[in-house]
Parts: sequence; structure tokens; C-alpha cells
Amino acid sequence: MKLWRFNGGLPSLAEHKNESTHLPIETAPVPSQLVYPLRQHIGNAATALVKVGDYVLRGQKIADAQGLISAPIHAASSGTVSHIADHLIPHPSGFSAPSISITTDGLDKELPPSGQPDFRQLSAADLVSLIREAGIVGLGGAAFPTAIKLDNQSKSRRIDTLILNGAECEPYISCDDRLLKERADKVIEGVNVLLHLLGAKRAILAIEDNVPSTFKAIQTAVNQNNNPAISAAQIPTIYPTGGEKQLIQTLTGKEVPSGGIPADIGIVSINVGTVYAVQQAVIEGKPLTSRIITVTGEGVTTPRNLEVRIGTPISTLIDVCNGYTQDADRLIMGGPMMGFALMNDQIPVVKASNCILVASKHEAVTEKQAMPCIRCGLCASACPVSLLPQQLYWFSRSEQLEKAEKINLLDCIECGCCDVVCPSHIPLVQHFRYAKSALKVQHHEKHLSNVARERFEAREARLAQEKADRAEKSRAKKAALKEKPAKETIDAAISRAKAKKQNPSEGEG
Amino acid sequence: MHFLTSNAPFIAPQNSVQRMMFWVLIALLPGVITMIWQFGYGVLFNIIICLMTALAAEALMLHLRGRPILPFMSDLSAVVTALLLALALPTLAPWWIPFIGALIAIIIAKHLYGGLGYNPFNPAMVAFAVLMVSFPKSMTVWMLPQALQVDSVSFSDLISLVFQQQANPELIDAITAATPLDTMKTQLGLNQTIDEIRSASVFGSLAGTGWQWVSIAFLLGGCLLLAKKIISWHIPVGVLAGLFVISFIAYMSEPGLSPSPTFHLLSGGAMLGAFFIATDPVTAATTTKGRFIYGALIGVLTYIIRTWGGYPEGIAFAVILINMTVPLIDHYTQPRVYGHK
Ligand code: SF4
Ligand code: SF4
Repeated sequence: MKLWRFNGGLPSLAEHKNESTHLPIETAPVPSQLVYPLRQHIGNAATALVKVGDYVLRGQKIADAQGLISAPIHAASSGTVSHIADHLIPHPSGFSAPSISITTDGLDKELPPSGQPDFRQLSAADLVSLIREAGIVGLGGAAFPTAIKLDNQSKSRRIDTLILNGAECEPYISCDDRLLKERADKVIEGVNVLLHLLGAKRAILAIEDNVPSTFKAIQTAVNQNNNPAISAAQIPTIYPTGGEKQLIQTLTGKEVPSGGIPADIGIVSINVGTVYAVQQAVIEGKPLTSRIITVTGEGVTTPRNLEVRIGTPISTLIDVCNGYTQDADRLIMGGPMMGFALMNDQIPVVKASNCILVASKHEAVTEKQAMPCIRCGLCASACPVSLLPQQLYWFSRSEQLEKAEKINLLDCIECGCCDVVCPSHIPLVQHFRYAKSALKVQHHEKHLSNVARERFEAREARLAQEKADRAEKSRAKKAALKEKPAKETIDAAISRAKAKKQNPSEGEG
Repeated sequence: MHFLTSNAPFIAPQNSVQRMMFWVLIALLPGVITMIWQFGYGVLFNIIICLMTALAAEALMLHLRGRPILPFMSDLSAVVTALLLALALPTLAPWWIPFIGALIAIIIAKHLYGGLGYNPFNPAMVAFAVLMVSFPKSMTVWMLPQALQVDSVSFSDLISLVFQQQANPELIDAITAATPLDTMKTQLGLNQTIDEIRSASVFGSLAGTGWQWVSIAFLLGGCLLLAKKIISWHIPVGVLAGLFVISFIAYMSEPGLSPSPTFHLLSGGAMLGAFFIATDPVTAATTTKGRFIYGALIGVLTYIIRTWGGYPEGIAFAVILINMTVPLIDHYTQPRVYGHK
């Protein structure tokens, strides 16, 4: 299969996968408390369907999607709703947000699942709504509601290629690798569901070439499945080849238009973990209530992959991995390139959590002494989007946001490549994140002020119109008044004259 | 359990300014050693005086500008500037030449423009150019390469030459000579043909006697920088290609009157310039395409200055002049961003 090469990237990033891949996936126990932030996907927060005191079963929907871009949430075990209130959520700023807490009863009673092994009988629309109802979102980390990606209604053109993203390019993370090693057949079943749903011509499952044993497992599953539309591809291990845009470029040579989506070039790309969730939902009738998470780093005693109920506090996962080591220094959700540090381990894992990295001091740098930029251009050579980070930095730092936008700040995928290669140790990505959000605020304000201006102008126009109308009316009235008195006076005069004539003595009287 | 937070990426940086400068210094070593071998200890005097002056000036300027002295000094950028200047100076220059040069490079060309990262012109080359224009006579005292020396020069002679220039004019005449580029230029001006000129002893088998080995040593060092990925190939290849192509065209059209491309590449500062001076990241173009163009322009301009300009060697002036075009080059060579037409 012909492959393409995206610009830059980091080909020699230390992988740190072995720490967590040698053990099979283990199921984490039911914790005493499950916590569900109502917004754990891109889009609108879900709305709670339960109240405090309600008894819920595993698989029961406890919060429903609100609006088109949103996803429902299901309980991962049986128990009683104990709180619906703010709880710490996994967020870089340590926010709390509305969440449903369930005190589990340990019985793990389940709603009877109702699978559809005969998925080919179902229409695309039925399958989309099944997937939507199962609460499935992108499990690769983006957490975008999957049903929207799959819904042909929202597409500008036909999908011909389905890409299954098994390229875990971030160091340390191995959950998709373990999933493919152990459950490749189920993933391929999921691929069949998606191919049927999308009507796509081909599906390519891509993984990096640093895990040949996993590739064999996939090959076997593909061969057994015997669907010629499905193929597996090994791609070079270069961070961030698992980024959606980079993967599409690597496999097809095509680029997603700036500001567009893959569907614009006839492609849908879905993470393999998400495909597994689709298989579980459609064929086995189980909504998304658990996922595989890599728990790793020098800060945990036994790094490994766990099948975790969504809503489980991180501390439970650490216990399953035999606790912290003395070196535990940072708690990172996600990988070391794009993840974020958490303040404590009472935070629950959400649908998007693919990795808990407990990093030691030397695994995670935290303080970098930034020096002036020496314009070496290494950042630009490393940028997978072909941006000029050094110029972006210049403009973001001096708050020249329009200029930064003009040289395509918004195309930055925040991969961190530039940051890692910079010899001056400038925290480039941090500047870009800040500038991007400032720009978003600016756009929003501009939008608001445009709306306000339009409103103001409309009001002005209305007022002017009203004024004009009033003026017109009063002019008409005045005219009428003028006319009336004139006529009246004349009439009066005439009648007086007449009266005088008739009664001359009156005038002299 | 509670943890401190910080921002991604958490991967330790794999590179530093210090590391890059360190490799530049290492890569200069073969050239430095060859120069000492060919031109004697005068090279060493230049290096020592430049280094000491540059470091003192750097510390002083950092202090005056209220910058932390240690982290900035340890980036080694001042050491590199000092060394590059020292290698460009004539080997028997009086002591105040490297001294003034280093002051100009660090104080004026570097710090008055805002320090590391902000100077638009290559500091070593600015200093070299100022010296060249201000003290043309003292900038030509190149010692004869070792192969051509008739009388051996004692160390004490050398010291007295460097520190009390006027002491012994006969000795100076005996052991110095015009550089090959200089000779070529003067003799061409006297309507000599290339063959006649090249029969003179300052010319070796490839280019200038002594100079050719120095050039090859710098070329080797440059390859080390490429291998270590401290520099990319675009600038050096651009410079050498620019110089080669234009001199090749001239050589083919008037072989009797134009020196060969090999002579141009190996006689003067072309290798030092291409691999170590034009590649100074701060003052070079930053885009990939732009860097090649930037290099090629320096190569071509070097030839033009060598051939038609007032000075036998054109690298320094070419670098400074092309430094000025960098914003323009950068502007017109921006790469196409992913997903854009
Ligand atoms: S890598 Fe760092 S020092 Fe080099 S150009 Fe980019 S921002 Fe500047
Ligand atoms: S973080 Fe942005 S600018 Fe930096 S390399 Fe990644 S995409 Fe390019």
C-alpha cells in the first residue's frame, strides 16, 4: 500500500509502551462511588434523567443528550443516585462541574441487553440512532459524538473510505494496542457495521509499525472475517501520525481542507476503541459504560491496561495497579505530549480518558527556563501542519492576534512537536493555546458586537422609521388641522354672513 | 493524593542552545587546528584575545541590561561569535584588532540590537567589516603558510609582532604575504592571465597553499554539523552552489581570466562562511526554501564582491548585505500550510 509522509513530526520520540503492554487487560472492580460529569463530550451537556434517591441499573440511561451535538450517559453499575451537584472534573484548570454521583450497591445488576446481530437488516438511520442512544463518542481523546460523524444526512458528499485509527502515536499509551491484541475480531465486526452504515467502498485499519505482533492479530481477524473491503496497514511510527489529519494524509495523500472535516474529502476516520464500542452497542446491545485505560508511568507499581467503568475515580485504578511508587510526582490524564496534569486522584475517568500517566520527576519536565528565540527554524521543520511556530510565537506573545490568525494559528493542532524540539525551551504550545482561546473570545465578542450592532441598527432604523411615521402623521394632522380651521372659519364666516343677511340687526346689536 | 499541575508537553526538551553552540565549537576544531598548523600561533593569539574580550563584554552587557548572567553566558553564543571572528582575522594582526573586533561584535552588533536572537546582522561579520573598512592595512597581515616560510619565526618574535607591531618591519615583510584571493585580484588587475598568476607560490595544487587544507578542514567540520543535525543543508549548499555556479559560468566563458570554481571554493573563507557563518540561525532566513535562497544569494554576492568589489574577500560583506533581505525572503517563502490551497 502506498503511503505518504506528512511534514516534520517526531520520529524518534521514546515510546515507553512496553511498560504497560506485557500484561493482559484486567477489569477494574466496581468502585463505591461512580461520578458522571454531565458534559464529557464535545457539545452540549447532557440533562439528568434521574433524581437523588433513584435506583439505577447498569446500562440505564441517567442523562440524555441535549440538542444535536451531545451524548447521553449511562450508569456503569447498579446503585442509588446520591448527588446531582458540582464535582471535580478532569480539566486542565481543575474545574468542578455538574455531575451525577451514584453510590453503588455491589450487585452490578444490569438492564437486559438487546443486541442486533443482524445489523444488516437495519437502515443507516436506525444504526445511527442506536449508536447515538448508546452514548458513543470518540474514545481516542476527542470525545466528539460518533453518531454525528456517521450520519450521512450531515455530509456534503458520499463517503468512500473509512479509516480506523489504531495509531497510538503518543508515548506511554497502549490501550488500543491491547484492545487490538485481545479483541481484534470484535473490532472487525464493528468495522463491518460501520461499512454497512456508511456504504463506504473500503476500510483501512492503520497501526504503527512498532507493534508487529498486534498487526498479526489484526491480519488474522481480517482474514477470518473475509470481507475484501477491509484491509490493515502498517504506518511509520512518527508522532503525531495518529492525529486524524496526519493519518488521513499518511494513508491517502489527501489533506482535510482547513476549517473542514474529513467527510469533505469522502473520508470518515474513527478510533479503534470507538469501533469496539460500536460493536458492543449494536451487536451486543450494551451502551458505552466502560472503556480501556492505560495506567502507566514510573509513579505506579504495576503499569497495565484496565477495563474501567466510566465514572470510576482515578484512585481506584491506582489501587488495582498496586498503588503509587515513591517517585509519583505528576498525575497526567492522556499522554505526555497532549495530556493535562490533574490536581488529585478523586477525579473520575470520563469517556475520553485513554491514559492515566503517573509520571516521576524525570519523566515529566515541569519547569523550563525559556531563552530568547534564536530563529533556528527547528520548530517549523517539526510542525506536522507546516506552520511557522516561531512567527506564531512572536505574534501571540505581542498579542497581535489578527496577524497570528493570518498565518494560520487556528490550524495548529497543539501537538507539541515544536515545543519539544525548541532549543530555547520556549513553551510554544502554551502560548498558542492562550492565543487561540483569546482569538476565540475575540471572535465571539466580534460576533456579539455584530449582533449588537445589527440590533442597534435595526432599532435605530425602527426608531427612525417610527419618527418618520410620526412626523408624517403629525404633518398630516397639522395639514388636516390647518385645512379644518380654514374651512371651518370660512364656513363659519359664510354662515355668519348668511345669518347677518338674514338677521342684520344682530351685527349691530 | 494531591499533585502539582503544569502544562503539556511534559516530554523533556531534546535540544538546547548550549548544545547547538557546543557542537559548533567542536565542529570548528579541525579548522582551528589546521589553521594553527598552517599559519602558526598567531591564530591562537587571535582566539584568546577575542574570547576574553567577548566574554567580558558579554558579562558586562548582560549586567547592564539586567539579564541573568549565568544562564545567558552558558549558552556559549558569545564563545562562538568570538571564535568565528578570530578565525576570520589575519594571523598576524596586532592585538588591538581582535580586541576592538570582539567589542564591536558583542556590544554593538549583538547587545545594542537586543541581544541573542534579536540582532539582524551576524555580529562576527559586522565586526570584521568594520575592522576591514577602518584598518585596511592591519587587516592584511596574513602570515605565510607554513610550507612557504623561509625563516622560521620564534615564539618571542611572534609576541613582539602581535604586541609591538612597529618593532620589526623587515620581519613582517619576510613572513607575511597577501592571501591567494588578494594576489589573484591584484594580478588580474595587472592583466596577468590565470596561468601566470597561479604559477606563483601562494597557489597550491587545488587552490591557495595552506588555505586549501584549512578549507577542507572546515568542510569536514561542516559535515559534522550536518550529521548532528545542528544545521540543515539548505544554507551551506546554497552558498557553495551559488558560488560554484556563477564562478563556473565565468570560468567556462573566459577560462584565461577567471579563476576556477575550485579556487573560489577552497581559497578563502567560503567553507567557513558557508557552514559556520551564513548558518547563524539568528540572522539567517527561517523557512526551508528561504534558507536555500538566502545561501545562494550569499554565494553569488561573494563572487561579485571578490571579482568586481573593492575587497579581495566578499563573504563578510555578502553575509551582512543578505542579512538585510531576510524579512523579505521569509515573507515570500512561507510554506503551504496543511489543508490550504
Ligand atoms: S525552535 Fe524555538 S528557538 Fe528555534 S525558531 Fe522555533 S521558537 Fe525559535
Ligand atoms: S503545536 Fe501547533 S505549531 Fe507546534 S508543531 Fe504542533 S501544530 Fe505545529
